[in-house]
Amino acid sequence: MKNIYKQLLGIYLLLLVLTFASCTNDLIQSPDNGDSVPGNEFFSTPESYKQNLAKLYAGFATSGQQGPAGKPDISGIDEGTSQYIRGFWMMQELTTDEAVIGWNDGTIKDFHSQSWTSSDSFIGATFARFSFQIVNCNEFLRQTTDEKLAARGVDATLKTEIATYRAEARFLRAITYWHLIDTFGSGSLVTEDSPTNFYYPDYASRADLYKFIDEELTAVTPLLKAPKTNEKYRVDQAAAWMLQAKLYMNAKVYIGVDHYAEAVPLVNKIIASPYTIHTNYNQLFLADNDKNGAQNEFIFAIAFDGLHTQTYGGTTFLTHAAVGGSMNAAQFGINGGWAGIRTTAAFVDKFDANTTDTRGQFYKDGQTKEIKDLGTFTDGYAIQKFRNVDVNGVQGSDKSGDFSDSDFPIFRLADAYLMYTECAIRGAAGANMASAVTYVNTLRTRAKGATISQGDLTLNFILDERGRELHWEGHRRTDLIRFGKFTGGAYLWPFKGGAVGGSPTQSYRNLFPIPATALASNQKLQQNPGY
Amino acid sequence: MKTIYKKLLFLVLLLPFSVLAQNALNGTVLDKISGQPIPGVNVNVQGTTNGVSADFDGKFQLTNVKKGDKIVFSFIGYKNTVVSYAAQKALTVSLEEDQNQLKEVVIQVGYGTVKKKDATGAVTVLSAKDFNKGPVTSADQMIQGKVAGLQIINGGGSPGVDPVIRIRSGSSLSASNDPLYVIDGVPVANGGVEGGRNPLATINQNNIESISVLKDASATAIYGSRASNGVIIITTKKGKAGELQVSYNGNLQVSQITKKVDALSSTQFKEFVAANGNAAQQAIVGTANTDWQDEIYRTAIGTDHNVALSGGVDNVVYRASVGYANLNGILKRDNLQRTSLGANVTGNFFDKHLKVEINSNTSVIKSNYSTGGAIGGAVSYDPSQPVRKADGTYFQWQTSPTEINQLAGVNPVSQIEQQNNYGSFYRSIGNIQLDYKMHFLPELKAVANFGYDQMTGTGYGNTATDYRNGFSGSGYNNTYKNLESRDNKLMDLYLNYNKKVESIDTQFDVTGGYTYQDFKESKNKSSYNFERNVTNKELFTPTRINLQSFFARTNITVADKYLLTMSLRRDGTSRFTDNYRWSNFPAVAVGWKLNEENFLKDVETISNLKLRGGWGITGQQNIGKSYPSIPLYLASNSAAQYQLGDTFYTTYRPEPYNSNLKWEQTTTVNVGLDFGLFNNRFTGSVDAYQRVTKDLLLFTYNPSFFGFSNQDNYNIGTIDNKGLELAAEVIPVRNDNFQWTIGGNVTFQDSKITKLTTTQDNTPGLTDVGSIDGGTGNYIQSHQVGYAPNSFYVYEQAYGTDGKPLDGVFIDRNKDGIVNESDKYRFHKPAADVFYAFNTSVTYKNWDMGMNWRGSWGNYNYNNVDSNKGVYNNVLTRNTDLNNGVANLLETGFAKSNDFQLHSDYYIQNASFIRLDNVSVGYTFNQKENATSLVKLTLSAQNILTITKYDGLDPEIASKSDNTSGIDKNLYPRPITFTLGLNVNF
Repeated sequence: MKNIYKQLLGIYLLLLVLTFASCTNDLIQSPDNGDSVPGNEFFSTPESYKQNLAKLYAGFATSGQQGPAGKPDISGIDEGTSQYIRGFWMMQELTTDEAVIGWNDGTIKDFHSQSWTSSDSFIGATFARFSFQIVNCNEFLRQTTDEKLAARGVDATLKTEIATYRAEARFLRAITYWHLIDTFGSGSLVTEDSPTNFYYPDYASRADLYKFIDEELTAVTPLLKAPKTNEKYRVDQAAAWMLQAKLYMNAKVYIGVDHYAEAVPLVNKIIASPYTIHTNYNQLFLADNDKNGAQNEFIFAIAFDGLHTQTYGGTTFLTHAAVGGSMNAAQFGINGGWAGIRTTAAFVDKFDANTTDTRGQFYKDGQTKEIKDLGTFTDGYAIQKFRNVDVNGVQGSDKSGDFSDSDFPIFRLADAYLMYTECAIRGAAGANMASAVTYVNTLRTRAKGATISQGDLTLNFILDERGRELHWEGHRRTDLIRFGKFTGGAYLWPFKGGAVGGSPTQSYRNLFPIPATALASNQKLQQNPGY
Repeated sequence: MKTIYKKLLFLVLLLPFSVLAQNALNGTVLDKISGQPIPGVNVNVQGTTNGVSADFDGKFQLTNVKKGDKIVFSFIGYKNTVVSYAAQKALTVSLEEDQNQLKEVVIQVGYGTVKKKDATGAVTVLSAKDFNKGPVTSADQMIQGKVAGLQIINGGGSPGVDPVIRIRSGSSLSASNDPLYVIDGVPVANGGVEGGRNPLATINQNNIESISVLKDASATAIYGSRASNGVIIITTKKGKAGELQVSYNGNLQVSQITKKVDALSSTQFKEFVAANGNAAQQAIVGTANTDWQDEIYRTAIGTDHNVALSGGVDNVVYRASVGYANLNGILKRDNLQRTSLGANVTGNFFDKHLKVEINSNTSVIKSNYSTGGAIGGAVSYDPSQPVRKADGTYFQWQTSPTEINQLAGVNPVSQIEQQNNYGSFYRSIGNIQLDYKMHFLPELKAVANFGYDQMTGTGYGNTATDYRNGFSGSGYNNTYKNLESRDNKLMDLYLNYNKKVESIDTQFDVTGGYTYQDFKESKNKSSYNFERNVTNKELFTPTRINLQSFFARTNITVADKYLLTMSLRRDGTSRFTDNYRWSNFPAVAVGWKLNEENFLKDVETISNLKLRGGWGITGQQNIGKSYPSIPLYLASNSAAQYQLGDTFYTTYRPEPYNSNLKWEQTTTVNVGLDFGLFNNRFTGSVDAYQRVTKDLLLFTYNPSFFGFSNQDNYNIGTIDNKGLELAAEVIPVRNDNFQWTIGGNVTFQDSKITKLTTTQDNTPGLTDVGSIDGGTGNYIQSHQVGYAPNSFYVYEQAYGTDGKPLDGVFIDRNKDGIVNESDKYRFHKPAADVFYAFNTSVTYKNWDMGMNWRGSWGNYNYNNVDSNKGVYNNVLTRNTDLNNGVANLLETGFAKSNDFQLHSDYYIQNASFIRLDNVSVGYTFNQKENATSLVKLTLSAQNILTITKYDGLDPEIASKSDNTSGIDKNLYPRPITFTLGLNVNF
């Protein structure tokens, strides 16, 4: 009897051992279906490369993988606020004479009074967005090396295709580095060669970043497609020329050396390229600006779509937030305004009171020109630039009126015209005043504004003209700094420095602070002077 | 059974004929009702030191017995039985359970039990008599206030809402702070699924036999991987052999709101707008007088019934129960219907060598959630507007006759009536346990336990066609459906060896085994937008998490005085990579039963005195992500695609991961003392603990330019928790007709973050904690080194000479001439410094009466209702619509809402309180002595009185749904509830 029990016990123990052996394998888990794909399996399909490239572009448009919100790219902040265009726009526009905001979102009003601190969560989120974008571009480049492609057996056609993708990824990385150098100055310089295991990236100064962007653009331009030969929304050589020209034009600010002359040949190439000025200024910012002709002026635009590319940032933000008071939301193709952003009297005054210039698209009904209370939408004129309707006034694809179809132009040809003009005024070699007058008047004529003559072309004029043409497109802060008017007392606008009539601010605010969270998580970073 | 009596009687009758002689006596001790042997019974010759304890099979041998000696059989939970020795060779004694004594006979400690008197850890056991009376829908409500160190804050007044439960405050920051629940040996998943409510509601409260709360590491370490935040073990009632027993428990509940948010009355509101509004705003003031809170609340009635059958034959006993509850919430339409089924069967076979136990608890819950958003809406909706307009449609703010006002609030009544939010939820927890005592070695037991925990739920709903008048952008006619299911499996295999080595007077209880747990989850959430005619699906990847452990524990009891427990558990988790997968969790505890020592043994007043000390390490790996340490690419859904050329591409993003992630470890040291004086009429315990959690699993910042997002999971930081717990119970009067019991407990706790980053220790902390209403993306709390977790992070308000806060004036704390973000400071915290409870009960003849008080001290709330609705410009926001404000608005006169005002320390308010939780009176109808039949009526009231200085609705604020504590924003008011209960047993 006892033997039987011993045998039973033996079998029991044997079973135990066998169970352990098979069970411990269960401790290795990875998803086998659903929306996540293990990293080592992802690039097994030919489509994967373009799907990952699409994310590098989408990094400017969506705030996460679930539109309009959910699965955010950036944590620790309201997802809509972390969207690239919205975050960058707030830093570039709310800090200037072009825009104020009425909301109570954290420290958002510090932008306008130029009193932000390194703890500002908006600034922190945009820094994080830049970092996110750069790291993603690097990973794409890491995953598409010749060795990796060969190992995965990628065919020759796709390989050629991927070579262009890689050039575009490098461009996208460069433009984010440019945004970084412009807003924060310094950071870290990481590339596809940087470690993938945990480490603290080294500090890179503004000069280091400048050198990198410059060399990178020089290297990548020949690898990009010729102007207007690439697919819609994908960049080509004109975008790289534009970016490099902008880098040169701001070189005095970035590295203290004047490089206007180097910008001129690049601008000339852009102007000579197949991009054309659209016939109607206001149509540039409509729901159908990807097909109403505006697209021919857009050298690099971020695609938004009311159904497929939904976000609470981008043009959805720029359309909703700008509508309030007695404005009729239906005319903007949306279901209601968010009553947030307006402009200051200083910007209104850039246009003559009786101007015919259609670029001055102020909404005045029930609004006061002067602002008493930043929190009141009806204080300050509203701007009616971005609209989610097509040229016939028909609402965009989202029939519930939440999300906009309008694309957001990062670079457009009109900007190149004004860059040329500025170079000419600054006396840069290769740019002449006569052509500049033509360019400026082309834009003014399109906008049904009065033409100017060569005598009008002064530095103050071109700064104002850039405001008139490019307001709310994310250029203003950079422009004001280049003209020495962003900080200090040379130019005051309402609520600059926090005072109703505006007050001087300190020059260190030409740069934003490196976020405190970034400094705390990597001591190699260095805070900008003044903060 | 009767034959035993006869034998006993016979033996007793024989006594006078016996002669004085010294002899050895062999015998067995059985439970009178079940007939099962009782191990560990003390068998003593009265008045001598001669005694033994019964072995595992209830057998004993007592030597040196003289004829005429009185032999005392004693065991906690049983009445003492005295038998006169009459030189019989063998004796079988049946002990009767003592209803008056604490039923804390054994404590479930994980993979076995331990006698309460031999426990070395900080453990509290509660049984039926300790449970809170009144309307409870889940286990947590039965033990609220009953255990030192255990804090339960229910999420509000809705029936079945998730409570926040903390044992010795939280040991983690980003990882879960919930305790582990073990139901009949099955560790269950915390957190429910779509369509579900409180996961503890699965067990019908009437089926619960006992609840053990394991607090320190020496007690919990055997549960290793999931026990860092303590363990709550729920044991359900089992059947007893004998005739069929039927038990009915039912009640009728009536709930009513006791306190509303002090929103402005329509008169106050109209005066306010007349005095402060502009012409446009004055023009849109309506003529109605609507108290929106009255419109959305109601008197709620609920019923709860449970019928249980139990019985069995000699070797098979069973218990089965059916329950049905239909509970209404005080918010209109809020309703929960729960059907619960519980069943268990226990069988003993092969001469009681094989024990088979099958348990199953299943519940189906149908919910109508109503619309919680209406609660906040009712406070801020314009009281001068009517519920419905003259044409019968709901009043809504519009910007034109055909356009809805997107920025304005929604009519709260229409929110409730024109939106449907339903849930249906099924959960079943069960196990089969095989317990085999080796035939050749009865001291050795092999146990196999197979358990499951399955849930499926659906949350679904829609908006009416005429929701917000059916205008574009109103969200009318939209529908959603969220499906979720979880399938968790468990297997425990272990061996237990329990033997007393008489030669050294030492009891060895050794357990070793293996456990396998598997968790699967899948979800499918979609919403349909009618106007867009598009269905959007939420992203989800079905997940599977696997945990496996090897464990061993030894309990050594020397001379029934000195106790030693050692345990070791080795845990593996699928969440971490190979190198960091496994970790060891040891624990050691000692106990010294002083009352067994000779110098105290004869001290009559001391019935029990035990010193305990323990040390142990427990682990934590339960973070939100299922695959945090391997690289993954995540697809985008159809609304986050990107257009290249003419095609919209699904994009793929690499997900952040940390392949170095490892176990968070909590080291606990606990010292305790248990005492029982005056025949256990004054009992109590004292415990002091320190818990240090290191390698905190923290969701924190990546170095910039490293990692696929700005934040990821790391093992960074340390939290230090300290505490002191006192619990006592006194029975001042105890006789046949009258018993009066007073019990209470108090807990002092303190927790502090001592490390938070790998680089710097003092800047800037984590400030995105505790999201608040008002603006977008605002937070009020922070984690920072040197402070308690979730400390409020605020500006210091300046006050005028009249003591009133000055509008818009804040202190420049760092004296740099400008008040900005750098002037914020940390001011108080939501966790209490002290919390306590006090209860008393009186039994007089057929009457019984009980009362529970509970309170806390040193806890602060952020009054988000006042901060968000107590500002002029939040009433007079626009010219197109108006919001109501709260009375606080008239006190402060704050004109503008802004970042400073929202983050003013003015709103951080002392939320210390004392609450009369429960009063109950019961009457038992002429119960016969020792009869099992019973008819009892109970009348009770719940949430009767709250004494607090706190200005808001209720000082007790914690929300599991948005994972915040101490942020008072949209609380579902806790009503007063009267319950009439009927209990019939026959």
